[in-house]
Amino acid sequence: MAYHSFLLEPISCHAWNKDRSQIALCPNNHEVHIYKKDGTKWTKIHELKEHNGQVTGIDWATDSNRIVTCGADRNAYVWTLKEGTWKPTLVILRINRAARCVKWSPKENKFAVGSGSRLISICYFEQENDWWVCKHIKKPIRSTILSLDWHPNNVLLAAGSCDFKCRVFSAYIKEVEEKPGPTPWGSKMPFGELLFESGGSEAAAQTSAGGGGGWVHSVCFSHSGNRLAWTSHDSTVSVAEGGKTGILSSETLPLLCVTFITENSLVAAGHDCYPVLFVYDGAKGGLTARERFQNLDRRASESQSTDKDPETLHKNSISQISVLEGGRNQCTKFCTTGMDGGMGVWDVKTLESAMKNLKIV
Amino acid sequence: MSKNTVSARFRRVDVDEYDENKFVDEEDGGENQLGPDEAEVDSLIRQGNLTEALHAVLKNPPINTKNQNVKDRAEGLVLKVLSAFKSSDIEKGVQSLDKNGVDLLMKYIYKGFERPSENSSAVLLQWHEKALAAGGVGSIVRVLTARKTV
Repeated sequence: MAYHSFLLEPISCHAWNKDRSQIALCPNNHEVHIYKKDGTKWTKIHELKEHNGQVTGIDWATDSNRIVTCGADRNAYVWTLKEGTWKPTLVILRINRAARCVKWSPKENKFAVGSGSRLISICYFEQENDWWVCKHIKKPIRSTILSLDWHPNNVLLAAGSCDFKCRVFSAYIKEVEEKPGPTPWGSKMPFGELLFESGGSEAAAQTSAGGGGGWVHSVCFSHSGNRLAWTSHDSTVSVAEGGKTGILSSETLPLLCVTFITENSLVAAGHDCYPVLFVYDGAKGGLTARERFQNLDRRASESQSTDKDPETLHKNSISQISVLEGGRNQCTKFCTTGMDGGMGVWDVKTLESAMKNLKIV
Repeated sequence: MSKNTVSARFRRVDVDEYDENKFVDEEDGGENQLGPDEAEVDSLIRQGNLTEALHAVLKNPPINTKNQNVKDRAEGLVLKVLSAFKSSDIEKGVQSLDKNGVDLLMKYIYKGFERPSENSSAVLLQWHEKALAAGGVGSIVRVLTARKTV
């Protein structure tokens, strides 16, 4: 487990380049700083200054080496490296509230921006006019979009919102791609189609004394795209697959970020300052919703002791988690950044051997 | 000056009601929720079977109903059961509940804190300690974030 303290201020968001030698992060202000790894040290090599408001989301398109940033100034910029400096291109999002999160699609030919305007902007590059154009997904979103994640087929998009729901939309843009084949989430996927919404009657029957859940802080598709996990402000983690949803009520404080590390295991972290491992068992096809609930297991995995306060790697809430090596099906290393201005790099094999009887399935 | 300024009634208009972006919670049809069965719970208390009484009083929580009487009656009944327990038995009572039960118990406990009576807070605090040990801070977070509660 490695921990590097970058700043005294919170790290609002971060993104890695392809070979993980550089990290782009926002030090809780209007700028993006890019640090380069130098042995064990990190040196700042670029400062990207263009936003007029806090930068709320950064994503690095690893193959095409472009960075997209979005901010509270209602703008998004696509940055390309030209002669050693990053040059911004403004993207008109047509929103009237702050942008909250941004993600490149897997093929990097479009990106999605979630905002406080209660809509998602899907942006793609129009060759003839040489600029970025965006389309909006509005219905039936009722509040700010907090998190986004793309399905591996480059068309489906999961969105977590402050209206307590996690949804899957189609973001199919006919100008840049072919019609997608059917998936377990649906087969008809015109732009803006809603394929899944959490909190349906079945899920409501499972949850305890009802309640509408909380803001959906983070969403994540599994590597295959068949499973969708999300964390909510009511301290729950949920996984949906094939029409069924399993919900686990956690005893911890709300979790702010989640990622799959294998098809069955997820790591989530949040206000308790340490990552937690969850295992999902969806093996038996005819499972009733109740059984799935019981099969959702949790084992805490922290580096030091189980005490909440000073013994955790991070000293403040963890706000973002990213996979460094191995992808979402065979992750060997993941990284967490948080409000303490530090970045932790976690090694899955080391965690496995440090905890007795822990086997990542 | 126009006639409009004579009356100040316009100041009492709730403009938020007319906001087209106003967030309205989903209706869940709670008309049929009657709360826990009073007769059943009373008989179990009289028999001394307090754990069963606890389970019975946590059934049918009046979550979706808008009827305040039903909710008040349920809360009163829960308080009756919780007060009937001996301090040393509280922990066992909490252990007998499943996760959902602990969350629901936590909701009733906080509801009880809202309107304290003679001895209620002391009893509720004892239950709160044991429920917290079982449900963790997560159960309290769920009390705070629940849109519809008991």
